[in-house]
Amino acid sequence: MPWPHKDLLDVTQLSKEEILLLLDTAQRFAEINTRPVKKAPVLKGKSVVLFFAEPSTRTRVSFDVAAKRLSADSFAIATSGSSLQKGESLADTARTLEAMHPDAIVIRHHASGAAQYLAERLACSVINAGDGQHAHPTQALLDAFTLRQAWNGELEGKTLTILGDIAHSRVARSGVDLFSRLGIQVRLCAPRTLLPPGLASWPAEVFTDPKAALAGTDAVMCLRLQLERQQAGLLPSLNEYAARYGLSSRLLAAAPDALILHPGPMNRGIEIASDLADGPKSRILHQVAAGVAVRMAVLHLLLTRKP
Amino acid sequence: MDTWIIRAARLGDDLVDLTVAEGRIAAIAPAGTLAAAEARTLEAHGARVLPSLIDAHAHLREPGFEYKEDIASGLAAALAGGFGQVMAMANTNPVNDSAAVTAFMLERARASHPSGPFLRPIGALTKGLAGTELAPAGELAAAGCVALSNDGKPVVSTELLRRAMEYAADLGLVVIDHCEDPTLGAGGVMNEGALSGRLGLKGIPTVTEAIQVARDVLLASYLHIPIHIAHVSCRESVEVLAQAKAKGVPVTAETCPHYLLWDEGMVDGYRTAAKVNPPLRTKDDVLALRQAVRTKVIDLLATDHAPHADHEKDAPFAEAPFGISGLDTALSLTTLLIAQGELSWDDAIRLWAKAPARTFRLPFSPLTPGAPANFILWDEETLWTVSRQTMRSKSTNTPALGMELPGQVLAHVLGGQLLFQRQPSPWPIS
Repeated sequence: MPWPHKDLLDVTQLSKEEILLLLDTAQRFAEINTRPVKKAPVLKGKSVVLFFAEPSTRTRVSFDVAAKRLSADSFAIATSGSSLQKGESLADTARTLEAMHPDAIVIRHHASGAAQYLAERLACSVINAGDGQHAHPTQALLDAFTLRQAWNGELEGKTLTILGDIAHSRVARSGVDLFSRLGIQVRLCAPRTLLPPGLASWPAEVFTDPKAALAGTDAVMCLRLQLERQQAGLLPSLNEYAARYGLSSRLLAAAPDALILHPGPMNRGIEIASDLADGPKSRILHQVAAGVAVRMAVLHLLLTRKP
Repeated sequence: MDTWIIRAARLGDDLVDLTVAEGRIAAIAPAGTLAAAEARTLEAHGARVLPSLIDAHAHLREPGFEYKEDIASGLAAALAGGFGQVMAMANTNPVNDSAAVTAFMLERARASHPSGPFLRPIGALTKGLAGTELAPAGELAAAGCVALSNDGKPVVSTELLRRAMEYAADLGLVVIDHCEDPTLGAGGVMNEGALSGRLGLKGIPTVTEAIQVARDVLLASYLHIPIHIAHVSCRESVEVLAQAKAKGVPVTAETCPHYLLWDEGMVDGYRTAAKVNPPLRTKDDVLALRQAVRTKVIDLLATDHAPHADHEKDAPFAEAPFGISGLDTALSLTTLLIAQGELSWDDAIRLWAKAPARTFRLPFSPLTPGAPANFILWDEETLWTVSRQTMRSKSTNTPALGMELPGQVLAHVLGGQLLFQRQPSPWPIS
């Protein structure tokens, strides 16, 4: 199947066949990542700009490693010290980056729609590494990859509960679409102040009571709680959030075998208890490994595309 | 003073000839029945004659933001768009909160458009629009301001709004209020709903507006002082207004063509041209607003002409400024609504001319013999494409950019003078 997309802006643009091709490709690259020499020459001579206008370590390094393992040259532009901090508009930054003729730009930006904004203006491939509260397609793909591995490819009919700040989460937005299309029953759970408007149209079941949401679930994904949500008046205190919604053995009593995921970075003791994060059901480090494989697959499919 | 005969113009359902002499309409008679020796002739070819329009809400950006628009370019867009009077909001730099600024604006208008369209400045309600102290309303009224408003920045203090309404009432000025709860949905960039949830953009709920409309209505009722509600965007506000009007509360309200034609779907894809405050709402709100303008729950239409430069709108959605440029397209969008059966031409004349004149005590010239000759010839058949070349505003920030719209001003006559005619002129002037 020839890959039809110049850009990866969100999983919503992908057909189910394309999602499966991406996951299968990632599977092949995951094997490379376990070899003594972890390098394939498939993207030699290609250059990838890592444009991170928002702080990120894990996603940036993951893309960097992915590009280097495929022999592409990668260049990172961080927020601090970049001209964005000096007030340059995204339009001008985009034009400047374009003039350097990269083959792909990986963008992380605080504004929803920023990746689409670049994609509409640039001839090179644009890969969304998280745009505001909108989308984070490679995160959704690596989560699906992780679950597929854990469940030996059997996703149909499994239940995944996403617990935490759904309203402000690009991880949840991309995840719900992707997981539901792979046959996973998605549940969302948060206090009402952290649920987005219009959830009735999402392919997910919505809960505000975490006990009910977690009963019988096959996996649970905790979302990072940004500390500013309390300041914004969405929560009385982090302690109360931890007590009511923090994932603990007590909360998980109704689903003791559930796998545990977290997109990171974690606030231990707030959205997730430390013992669970490090426990036998945790797949959090598998997610990190999956991230490299999935991003290798994305880079490979986009950059070897026949235009 | 020119003497004109305009032949074969559509007035209501009739085809008429009009003669204009000494700045006034001299006669109106069935087409082909008037003879006027030594008059210059305009063949209207069945174009509709309409009273010159009034825009009760525009941002002309001068002084301070001339890169977006200036008074000359704004009035040029008004003239070509059918507007003979334009009420300009005070959020300039410096703010129009003193006679000096008002006088400067009027002087700029006279310099570029001595015979019209006429600038009708709106004075700031509070000093610097800061919402803390009353602006010198007496001084502003004497200098030529026709209303007072804090537009763009809601008046947070209800006590201050009350005193402003009372003080303005003594001067015969109406307060125009931009209704937006200062905290509910603060920081929002589009309508709150399923679409904002999906796009990951912070939403502005409808009740952000309606709560303040309710406050204003209660104040107007309690004080027996009129208030005018700017740019109504949602069903909840319409419901509050309908209830208030049924009880005889002295409240008037406006909405804009963009709220009658477009819903929030226009911002999908992060289209900043459709980013406006209040935001485009849902289809249901559009229906409620259409009903409200027909039933006079909403009294008048205004453009809320809010030009912004390309480089400002060329940004990620949350970072782009709010506003739609409206003077060039307002009557074409109204013609679209009429073509769709949503409004009649009588509605259009009421909404764009009679009601704003009555609300703000501005002159209105009916199309009757003896009245001042202030009218346009509107060719409702011709289609035109909205583009940088066809717009006269300096800025092209409208979702209509690139659309083909019906209707063009063939001629705009103010005070009996032909100030504008479409180029190339359809008439050999004889």
